[in-house]
Amino acid sequence: MSSLISNLNNQTEGRNPRPSAALRTRKDNAARRAFFIFTLLPVALIVFVTGALFVRSWPIISEYGLTDLLFGEVWKPNNGQFGFWPFILGTFWVTTVGVILSVPACLLASIYLAEYAHARTRSFAKPILDLLAAIPPVVYGVWGLLAIVPFVDDVLAPLSERWLGSVSIFSVNQPTGFNVLSAGIVLAVMIAPLVISVMYEILSTVPNDLRHASLAVGATQWQTIRNIVLPQVGPGILAAVVLGASRALGETIAVLMVVGNIPQIPTSIFDSAYPLPALIANNYGEMMSIPLYDAALLSAALVLLVVILIFNILSLIVLRRMLRKK
Amino acid sequence: MSFLQKKRWQRRHLMEAFMKFIMRASLLIVAGSLGLILWIVVVRGLPALSWDMVSKIPEGGYYMGKGGGILNAIIGSAYLASGGTLLAVIFSVPIALYLKTYLGDSKWGQYVRLSLDVLWGIPSIVYGAFGFALMITLGMRASLLAGIIILAFIELPIMTRAMDEVIRRMPVDLEHAALALGSTKFEVALRVVTRQMLPGITTAILLGFGRGIGDAASVLFTAGYTDRIPTSLMRPTASLPLAVFFQLGSPYPEVQQRGYAAALILTIIVLAVSLGSRWLSARLNRYTVK
Repeated sequence: MSSLISNLNNQTEGRNPRPSAALRTRKDNAARRAFFIFTLLPVALIVFVTGALFVRSWPIISEYGLTDLLFGEVWKPNNGQFGFWPFILGTFWVTTVGVILSVPACLLASIYLAEYAHARTRSFAKPILDLLAAIPPVVYGVWGLLAIVPFVDDVLAPLSERWLGSVSIFSVNQPTGFNVLSAGIVLAVMIAPLVISVMYEILSTVPNDLRHASLAVGATQWQTIRNIVLPQVGPGILAAVVLGASRALGETIAVLMVVGNIPQIPTSIFDSAYPLPALIANNYGEMMSIPLYDAALLSAALVLLVVILIFNILSLIVLRRMLRKK
Repeated sequence: MSFLQKKRWQRRHLMEAFMKFIMRASLLIVAGSLGLILWIVVVRGLPALSWDMVSKIPEGGYYMGKGGGILNAIIGSAYLASGGTLLAVIFSVPIALYLKTYLGDSKWGQYVRLSLDVLWGIPSIVYGAFGFALMITLGMRASLLAGIIILAFIELPIMTRAMDEVIRRMPVDLEHAALALGSTKFEVALRVVTRQMLPGITTAILLGFGRGIGDAASVLFTAGYTDRIPTSLMRPTASLPLAVFFQLGSPYPEVQQRGYAAALILTIIVLAVSLGSRWLSARLNRYTVK
C-alpha cells in the first residue's frame, strides 16, 4: 500500500505543476496588451502612409501652393513647371468611362445572382468572380493591349465616326486605339468582381418577407425588385459604385499599358490621356535627377491617396450601416 | 379580364422576360470576359513558351531577341511574394485572433475592421510611392527587402479580413463552452480559435500570395529590376509582372512574344494559387466545428 502511494507521488512529481489561476490571468493580460499593439498597426499604417507622403511632398506644396499644382496645365519638370490638371482630368475621364461601362452590367448581374439565380448558378458564378479578381493587373494590361486596343481602333472608332461623329465626346481625333475608351473597358472588367460582390451582399440584406408580400399581391419578380428591393438598397448600391470608382482611380499598370500616356486634356473618349498613377509609375526612374521632381510625383500620390481615402471611408461607412441592419 | 387589364398583364410580363434576358446577358458578359482574357493570354503566350523561358536567366542581348529566359523574374517573384506573405502572416494572425476573442463587435473592433478595409482600398502605386518616400528618407536603395516589406503592407489587410470573415462564422457556443470551463480568453484564442481558423489561414495565405505575386506598381519602386537572381535581401530583384511589362515595351517582336509568354506563366501561377486555395479550404473545412 505504501509503495503504491509513493509510486503515485513519483508520478505526479514528474509532471509540471498546474499553472495557478493568477499566473493564467497574468498571461491573459499580457497577451491582451501584446495583441492590442498589433491592432494599432492598421490604424497607424494609414496615418503613417499619409504622413510620409505629405512630408515628402511638402517642399513642392510650400513652394508652388496647392492650387497651382492641382490646376496648373503645364507639365514641364525641366522648366520647373508642375501642373497636375491634365493628369487629374485624365484620371477622371478614365475612371468615369470605366464606371459607366461597368455599373449597369454589374447591377444587373448582381440582381440576377441575388434574386433569380439557382444555387447552382451561384456556385458557378462565385469562382468565376474570384478568378477575375485574382488576375493580376499586368495580365489585364496584356489583354487590353492585344484585344481591346485593336477592337476599339478597328471597330468602335469607325462606328462612332460614322454615327456619332458630331457629338464631341465621341469624336475620333487620333489614329490609334490607345485611348480613354480602351482604358475604361479594361477598368470596367477589373472592378466588376468587387462591385458585383458588394452589390450582391447589399441585395441579400433585404428581408424576404418584403419580397413575399409583394409577390403575394401579384407583382412580377421584376416589379418586386424595382418597387420594393431596390428602394431599400439605394445608398448601398451607390456606395458599391463609389467603392468601384476608388478602385479604378488607383489602377496603374493595366491603364498605363492602354491609355496612350499623352499629357493632354482629353475632350473625347477616343482621345489619349495620361492618368495620375501612370504619371507616377512612368517617371520614377528620372525623378531624382531634376529638382523637386520627386516631391512632385509623391504629391501626385498624395492627391490620389486623399481622394481614394475620402471615397473609401464614405462608402465603407454606408455599407457597414446597411450590412449591420441585417 | 377587361381588355385594359389584359394589356397591362402582357406588358409587365414582357418586361419581366426582357429584364431577365438582359440580366442573364450581363452575367454572361462578365463571365465571358474571364474566358476572353484567358483565351487571349493562352493563344498569344503559348507559342513563345519554351523550356528555356522558365529555366534560364537572360543572356547577353536578351532584350534584343537573343537567348535566355526569365528565371530571374520567376525566382524573384517567388521570393518577394513568399517573404511578403510570411511577414503579413506574422502580423495578421494576432490581429484576427484579437478581433475575434477580445474585441468582437466592440467600437475599437469596428475601427480596426474599418481601417483594414480602408487599407485594402489603397492602390499599390500609393504603397509604392510610400515605400519610395521611406527609402529616400532612410537612404536605402531598391532591394528585395524593401519589396517584401511593401508587399507585406499590401497583403496585411487582405489576409486579416479573410481570416476574420472565416472565424466570425465560428459558433459562439464553442467559445462559451471553453470560457465556462474556466479558460482565459487567451487560452480560448490559442486552443480553440486557432484550430477553427486553420482553413481561414490557409485561404488567407494563398489569397495574399496571389495578390503579392501579381502586384507590379509597388515593386516597381521598391524592388527594382535586375537580370540576376538575388543572393541577398539587400540586392534588387526582378519580378514576373515587371518582366511582362518591360518586355512588352520592347520594339523587338521576339521580346514582345516572350512578354506574352511571361504573362501566361504569371496567369498560370495565379490561377493555380486561386483554385488551390478553394480546394484546400474545402478540405480543411471538414475538420472544423460548424
